[in-house]
Amino acid sequence: MRINTFFYSVGQGLKNIFRNGMFSLASIATMSACIFMFGVFYILIANVNMAVQNVEQGVAITVFFEAGLEESRIKEIGEDIEKRTEVKEIVFISAEEAWDSFKDVYFEGNEDYAEGFTENPLEDFANYEVYLKDVSQQTGLVTYIQNIEGVREVKQSQAVADTLTEFNKILSLVSSGIILILLCVAVFLINNTVAVGISVRKEEIAIMKLIGATDFLVRFPFIVEGIIIGAAGAAIPLGLLFVLYDKIVLYVAEKFSLVGSMMDFVQPQVLFRGLAPVALILGVGIGLFGSMWTIRKHLKV
Amino acid sequence: MIKLEHVSKSYSAGIPALNDVNLEIEDGEFVFIVGSSGSGKSTLIKLLLKELEPTEGSIVINGKNLRKIRRRHIPKFRRNIGVVFQDFRLLKDRNVYENIAFAQKVIGQPTKNIKKKVPAMLSMVGLAAKYRSYPKELSGGEQQRVAIARALVNEPSILLADEPTGNLDSNNAWDIMKLLEEIHEHGTTVIVVTHNLDIVKVMKKRVITIQKGVVVSDSKQGDSSYED
Ligand SMILES: Nc1ncnc2c1ncn2[C@@H]1O[C@H](COP(=O)(O)OP(=O)(O)OP(=O)(O)O)[C@@H](O)[C@H]1O
Ligand SMILES: [Mg+2]
Repeated sequence: MRINTFFYSVGQGLKNIFRNGMFSLASIATMSACIFMFGVFYILIANVNMAVQNVEQGVAITVFFEAGLEESRIKEIGEDIEKRTEVKEIVFISAEEAWDSFKDVYFEGNEDYAEGFTENPLEDFANYEVYLKDVSQQTGLVTYIQNIEGVREVKQSQAVADTLTEFNKILSLVSSGIILILLCVAVFLINNTVAVGISVRKEEIAIMKLIGATDFLVRFPFIVEGIIIGAAGAAIPLGLLFVLYDKIVLYVAEKFSLVGSMMDFVQPQVLFRGLAPVALILGVGIGLFGSMWTIRKHLKV
Repeated sequence: MIKLEHVSKSYSAGIPALNDVNLEIEDGEFVFIVGSSGSGKSTLIKLLLKELEPTEGSIVINGKNLRKIRRRHIPKFRRNIGVVFQDFRLLKDRNVYENIAFAQKVIGQPTKNIKKKVPAMLSMVGLAAKYRSYPKELSGGEQQRVAIARALVNEPSILLADEPTGNLDSNNAWDIMKLLEEIHEHGTTVIVVTHNLDIVKVMKKRVITIQKGVVVSDSKQGDSSYED
């Protein structure tokens, strides 16, 4: 393609957009709404995902033994558990260690109270902390461990991670649905915008064809129009989201410093490095698709 | 050379718009095509532009069989044929200069060439002074001159004109015809569809008469068997 042809097409594409301004504006607005929703869901899902990961890393199964179980048997149990493929790590916590960490947490600042205990109240609370590679395998492992002889009780803390994962699934479904509907509306509007552009320029297109314009030259301005609408429709919500997200993260971090430390936010820069290209490709893709579809339908050159 | 062999064209089941037309037009000829309304003249022009495909027969232009030209080569083929219509078909939102430059832009001419070529065309059709006017500010004759300049700016070897004087008064019609003759004298093959039998008689060119899709006469000296 000649440079001349390229600039001609881009110029014509821009001209089209301004010539039917209302349609273009409606298209860009719908597109923006669509990408904005997409961005909101993307941000939510990314953050919940990170929370799931955080929770998962801390999730462990705690295995307690029957009272007075011999040390050698405890060791055997430990070896059995360690052999399982889904186990990442297993740590033995003796009764003394269990009591120490309990004291640390519950008698913090009042260590004197703990002095009252002459015997270890957690004598029977020696345990294994078992860390998994993947929480989804937890239930199976728990069943297995419960059936080992000498095991009194297995405690698990999957619930939080499960809830979050479940929440993310629902979120993904709902967002896919909404985004799909918005995508259809966006494609429909771009379709119409380009169709109006084509009908306005019918005369010109007919003349172009008679003079010997290539199909490409006739079509390209409309493709440019679609791409520009798509790109604008992606860039606007991206900018808006970036500003908003930054503000919200800062606000939450300040007002709820406690929550902030418990539930980290994905850093805006990291988040938008992922979101921006996806949103732009989505926007430009829809623009391209919408305009090409219309061209096929209305521009039989 | 333009050669039609047994060319027929039917739009739908019914009487064909053209029926077994055989024609040869040499390079550099000036030909009138006459015939009453609905006889198939415009259909013939459209066939020559490959806007339509003949139902039967073959059309060969400058050694190329139109049926064998691929879709993507049609633009290149059309650049060798200039075309002018009764209703001028200028772009209303562009001035005279831009309308002619448009034809050059479409075929990818660099701006440098366009800037030389367009004024030359404008002075040839006698509109050098009006290059900034918009179509609605021009008379019919002037608009047709712009259309002719646009048709010729890419230097086609063939000029097709479908009733170029149909919307003009007799003075303007004569001016346009003289312009077409001048173009013919420069070596371009000119094919003019017209209802203006006075002009046809005076100009003494080859006249092809079509009636109901059939070529009923083909005379060298401005005679036509058809009375309007
Ligand atoms: N697109 C079309 N679809 C169906 N029939 C058509 C079409 N175009 C032309 N015709 C028919 O074909 C015949 C020839 O039409 P054409 O336009 O070639 O006539 P013409 O000689 O140019 O007439 P005029 O002098 O009025 O311009 C007419 O009967 C017309 O009704
Ligand atoms: Mg006609």
